Amino acid sequence: MSAASVAPGAGAAPLRARLRRPSTVTIWRWEVRKLISQKRTYLGFGLAVALPLIFVLVQNLRQPHDHGRGGDSIFTSQISQSGLATPVLMLLFLSVFMLPLIAALVAGDVVANEDGNGTLKTILTRSVDRGQVFAAKALAAMLYAVIAVFLSAAVATVAGVASWGFNSITTYSGTVVSAPRGLLLVFAANACYLIPLLTVASIGVLLSTSTRNSAASVVGTVGVVILLFIVAQIPGLEGIRPYLLTEQFQSWHGLLRTPTDWAPIWHSLWVCALYAGPSLAAAYLVFLRRDVAGG
Amino acid sequence: MPASTRASEDVVRGDEALPVRARGLVKRYKEVLAVDHVDLNVRAGDVYGFLGPNGAGKTTTLRMALGLISPSEGTVELFGRDPMRHGARALEGVAGFVEAPRFYPYLTGHKNLELLAALDGDGARGRIGEVLEIVELTPRAGHRVRGYSHGMRQRLGIAAALLRRPRLLILDEPATGLDPAGMRDMRLLIRRLADQGITVLLSSHQLPEVQELCDRVAIVDRGRVVYEGALADLRRQGGAGYRLRTTDDAQAALVLRAQQGVEHVIESETGLAFQAEERVVGELSLSLARAGVGILALTPELATLEDLFFRLTEGVEGNGAHDAERTGGGAEAAVEVA
Repeated sequence: MSAASVAPGAGAAPLRARLRRPSTVTIWRWEVRKLISQKRTYLGFGLAVALPLIFVLVQNLRQPHDHGRGGDSIFTSQISQSGLATPVLMLLFLSVFMLPLIAALVAGDVVANEDGNGTLKTILTRSVDRGQVFAAKALAAMLYAVIAVFLSAAVATVAGVASWGFNSITTYSGTVVSAPRGLLLVFAANACYLIPLLTVASIGVLLSTSTRNSAASVVGTVGVVILLFIVAQIPGLEGIRPYLLTEQFQSWHGLLRTPTDWAPIWHSLWVCALYAGPSLAAAYLVFLRRDVAGG
Repeated sequence: MPASTRASEDVVRGDEALPVRARGLVKRYKEVLAVDHVDLNVRAGDVYGFLGPNGAGKTTTLRMALGLISPSEGTVELFGRDPMRHGARALEGVAGFVEAPRFYPYLTGHKNLELLAALDGDGARGRIGEVLEIVELTPRAGHRVRGYSHGMRQRLGIAAALLRRPRLLILDEPATGLDPAGMRDMRLLIRRLADQGITVLLSSHQLPEVQELCDRVAIVDRGRVVYEGALADLRRQGGAGYRLRTTDDAQAALVLRAQQGVEHVIESETGLAFQAEERVVGELSLSLARAGVGILALTPELATLEDLFFRLTEGVEGNGAHDAERTGGGAEAAVEVA
């Protein structure tokens, strides 16, 4: 090591007046850059891209008269009539398990991984407050979920339209909407689905913060989703079904009706807030108070 | 109070306050008492050695100092600010690492420093090239940290600390795992930083390193400070030792043992070793002459830090050493117990 030119120089300098500390946005940008640099990030994105492509490929290999069989959704019968049916069907299929899994991959890992590797102590001994670090991490996990959803939707739309054309589509209420309006509705439905998905991510962040174990957090997050699905099936518990997080996965259906049915969306908003709010608040408090001794 | 006034008061207070001041610091993990009422006073300009056997509570104390873990009792302040109350503001002018420095393995060394500079603000990014030069990592800065050796990671840890232009550098075992050349370079670097006025709190197992670098030390054992003060005082209090070669070592040994004030007489093939105060040595030379024993060589030997460290941390029953220190007896009393 060069002992000749130790340049910090501030050693004997008086303490400068208040240092200009980085903003939470700066920390968040670096969280995103960290995500971009990790292979694991692309696993989730890979699934989000591959599944629509596989779907379209399989449908193209099927005989045209087979389309419409094997599904009870109105959009199943429209697969070969409009490319816009594909993103709707993909959202229908992926919303139950795959997209929550993808969201959990990062949300469950975002704190626990750094704790396990010891890098959490590295960043917490810099000029940033714990609250800022937590906010940046939670926002990065949310951004990942948002990108995964819209990436999947975009790939499904492009592949569907390329295969079956940019045609009008019939919605749940039986109304035919034009292709441009259908496209708008497809992306609005995906945006609406983000309400419960970001709630899943919030639960992932809570587990990541409290368990300090990436695998346990990812599995735990998916486990919560599965548990709520099971609870929804238990006879006698019909009364609580509207308040289960998993029931909100279908709230976007309201957008694909004419006139738009806003009730399930508003219901989803406040039900999800009841899950996400306490999860994030608890995660924040745990993160602020926890002992960082990992790594 | 206007923010500007409050800020300037902080600055004044920060300049007057000790770089590290711990009072009654305790950390409990359920039944385990990892740190037991530790008091520390690291003064500006100190190169302060923090010594203790494995599991003595050094790293836990440093973690509390950096605000990574909360004390069960007591307080620790850095330049007058408690990390538990002031958060990141308490770490202004403070840098270092606890245990091995950790980085993102999938990022390059340079990118890691860019990230940390972004978290530091205050123009730290502009110093990346400079600190990489200091630790001689410039040629490898573009490689992923995953491929770095232990020594390179240690050096990157120092570089990351220097980005903050610290007034206080907290280093936990910085030379651990380094080869002899790396250890020498690390000592040179720490010495140079200290010469520039940076206060250094150095936790170490390497007693020669501490002996070479530090002017003040705290020795911890089982979570308690058994000595805190100047290294020179500790060595003086450890008692002067002497080596003696005579014309008749067997007879000389009998004289030594009979002489009041002479302790710890050890016979070996190369002569005798004993401990005594200087005035006793004068009387001893006369006694040897009276016994017809000729002195070939009588050389004083100060106790090494290693001797003192083991006396303080081994074979100390109960808390005698610590109690002695707390009641003002210092290391002398502790050594007596040993």
